[in-house]
Amino acid sequence: MEHPPRPTSPMRLSRAFWRDERVIQVAAQILFLALVIWVGSIALRNMLMSLQQQGLVLGFDSLNSGAGFDISDAPIPYSSADTFARALQVGLLNTILVSVLGIVLSTLLGIVVGVARLSSNWLVNRIAWVFVEVMRNVPLLVLLVFIYTAFFLKLPRARQALSFGPIYLSNRGVAVPWGEPTDTWSLYVSVLIGALIAGAVVGLAMRWWQNRSGRPRPQVVPSLLTMTLIALIGWFALPQPPLALSLPEIAGFNFRGGRVLSPEFMALLIGLVIYTAAFIGEVVRAGIQAVPKGQIEAARALGLTPSRTLRLVVFPQALRVIIPPVTNQYLNLTKNSTLAVAIGYPDLFAISGTIINQTGRAVEMIAVVMAVYLMLSLVTSLVMNWYNRRVRLVER
Amino acid sequence: MGANTPTVSKTAEALPPPTERYSVVRWLHKNLFSTWYNALLTVVMLFLAVLIVRGVLEWAFTQARWEVITANLRLFMVGQYPVAALWRIWACVALLALLIGMSWGIWGGAQRGGAIAFGALPFILAIIASDETARLALLITGIAGIVGYALSWRWSAALRRISIIGWILYFPVLFVLVSGFGADDSPIPPAPTNLWGGLLLTLLLSVVGIVFSFPLGVLLALGRQSSLPVVRWLCVAYIELIRGVPFISVLFMAQLMLPLFLPGVTIDRVVRAMAGVVIFSAAYLAENVRGGLQSIPRGQYEAARALGLNPWKMTLLIILPQALRAVIPILVGQFIALFKDTSLVVIVGLLDLMGIARTVLAQPDFLGLQAEVYTFVAFIYGIFCYLMSAFSQRLEAKLHTGR
Repeated sequence: MEHPPRPTSPMRLSRAFWRDERVIQVAAQILFLALVIWVGSIALRNMLMSLQQQGLVLGFDSLNSGAGFDISDAPIPYSSADTFARALQVGLLNTILVSVLGIVLSTLLGIVVGVARLSSNWLVNRIAWVFVEVMRNVPLLVLLVFIYTAFFLKLPRARQALSFGPIYLSNRGVAVPWGEPTDTWSLYVSVLIGALIAGAVVGLAMRWWQNRSGRPRPQVVPSLLTMTLIALIGWFALPQPPLALSLPEIAGFNFRGGRVLSPEFMALLIGLVIYTAAFIGEVVRAGIQAVPKGQIEAARALGLTPSRTLRLVVFPQALRVIIPPVTNQYLNLTKNSTLAVAIGYPDLFAISGTIINQTGRAVEMIAVVMAVYLMLSLVTSLVMNWYNRRVRLVER
Repeated sequence: MGANTPTVSKTAEALPPPTERYSVVRWLHKNLFSTWYNALLTVVMLFLAVLIVRGVLEWAFTQARWEVITANLRLFMVGQYPVAALWRIWACVALLALLIGMSWGIWGGAQRGGAIAFGALPFILAIIASDETARLALLITGIAGIVGYALSWRWSAALRRISIIGWILYFPVLFVLVSGFGADDSPIPPAPTNLWGGLLLTLLLSVVGIVFSFPLGVLLALGRQSSLPVVRWLCVAYIELIRGVPFISVLFMAQLMLPLFLPGVTIDRVVRAMAGVVIFSAAYLAENVRGGLQSIPRGQYEAARALGLNPWKMTLLIILPQALRAVIPILVGQFIALFKDTSLVVIVGLLDLMGIARTVLAQPDFLGLQAEVYTFVAFIYGIFCYLMSAFSQRLEAKLHTGR
């Protein structure tokens, strides 16, 4: 087999090595790398020297010493006698809590906003438009501080709390009914896991049946039905209900019973949710509008009902357009949750700020915070990319 | 109808589409009460909207104490910038009005409504203003704008180059005027950065952010597209690292770690915040520019090489102009986001618009007026963002590069 002659310039043989393109490329890269390493090493040396002058040595040993500060919102047991590392864990859990709740709620509200923007009802359409424009033209920080200081802190004291049924609003936060786990709770958790597995099995079986018979079979409804049925049976079959309902009531200057969600938490969550929902709403609107009209007409012509057209034709196609930008919004929401520091909610960033103030270990703390947020971003993108691959159009 | 096989008669003239003329009742029926659930939705939403709007108006006109804004207006606008040097800020504003007037006349096209509204704004503000100097300065600003517009009507073609040069020169002039130079007895004595504040600081941070991060972003985008793996991977690492972490951690890093990197050099807080803004914004700009670079067809590269251009010339003369043009609207969007993000510098202790809001709320006379102060701050941000996005939309329409 004969190879075609390699395309070489006529000057190739007489060219000096420093004019050879490959040599130049390698040299340029080495030079660039050397420059970056040189600048980096100078910065690093300077940093170590300045730290030495301050009597600090890089390292995470100090994380094991006592924190000495309290955290108002701790999802896991924490006291000021615990270590800095424990305090960081509390912050991380708070960040994750707010991000996950925020993502779920802003998605729901975002879909409502997006659909409202497409509504044929003029009033609904305009209201959604005003909402989106206001949210998009105001910085999140202003919104958060406004909600916190001008709404939650202006609520009446606990004694005069506004009540909406069993829910109380006061400047101490929002008191809501809550279930207190009883002795049978741990047993019931395994029942719930069993219900989840059974539901999944039923759903998969229905899909298998659909694939085999070639006729549409309901999948979601039977699976959900199985789950709720098992959960309900478990609830009533146990000798004692696994959760005891605890209603909040005003007692003195505070609430007793129920669960009090702090004003910081509520302000952060509400601010993040409505801000992100406006952006998600625009994404959803663009996604639905991106589905060609012909697709809907074709589906109707094939005799699909309107709901089925929406579910089987419009939604899957809109989802492909929606998912990548929505992933971006989820990442933004997670990163924006650091604004908690402005209203005093103890998320990871706020707690690391406190630790910097107490120990002066700025370098380590910033490194920890950046690494954690990078990881959270990475996990979110991995999950969303996996989902994106699932809904993507399979081409040839 | 028995028209199973549609036939097209060649002589038939296409009729214009029927114009829909609605009476009010028809319009209401079509847009608000088409079905029973639409009618229900309309009624419920109308009820809620009236409730909210009435509550807000009632608060704004009867309960709100707006004197907190009027009493502190100068703080909100320029912070503690020396009063004796305020004329420098006004000069920058008037210069800006002149440039805007000129550019509007040259490129603004035939739309007069916006121009008139915009031109009337300084005069309306001058009427409202309570301060004599502010009134005079606003009048000069308005006249500068009108002069610029009138000049451009007369010598549109000749002024094109002048106005472009004017825009480029504007930023150094702005900086010299705002920061001053020389000793304390020079004609424009230096105004230390710790006195900058309010809207002035917010705008300066955004302008510095965009002006300095733009070249950096373009370089990073080119680096990311480079065929040299070392360069490419370093650029990818930088971009993805910065995009993966929150803005305020970058700001904190700039505040706390820059002094450690450069011992012996004292960098003041505002400059450190500016560095943080540039570091952060460059990564996002790089991604936007990359979008433009990827939209350039291969043929452009090949044609440039075929004409004998070396890689530098190809990039500078052929690829970048097209790529940047394609992403101008997205860049404006990025600028809006940056403008909003600068509000975070309050967390590292700068007195931008948000920071001033905090100090104003700490004044004993105005305790507990958060709603008024933050509504005002939100309103200022809203106006600027709205103007920028309106500008971006017109630009998009003009360039025909919108998606």
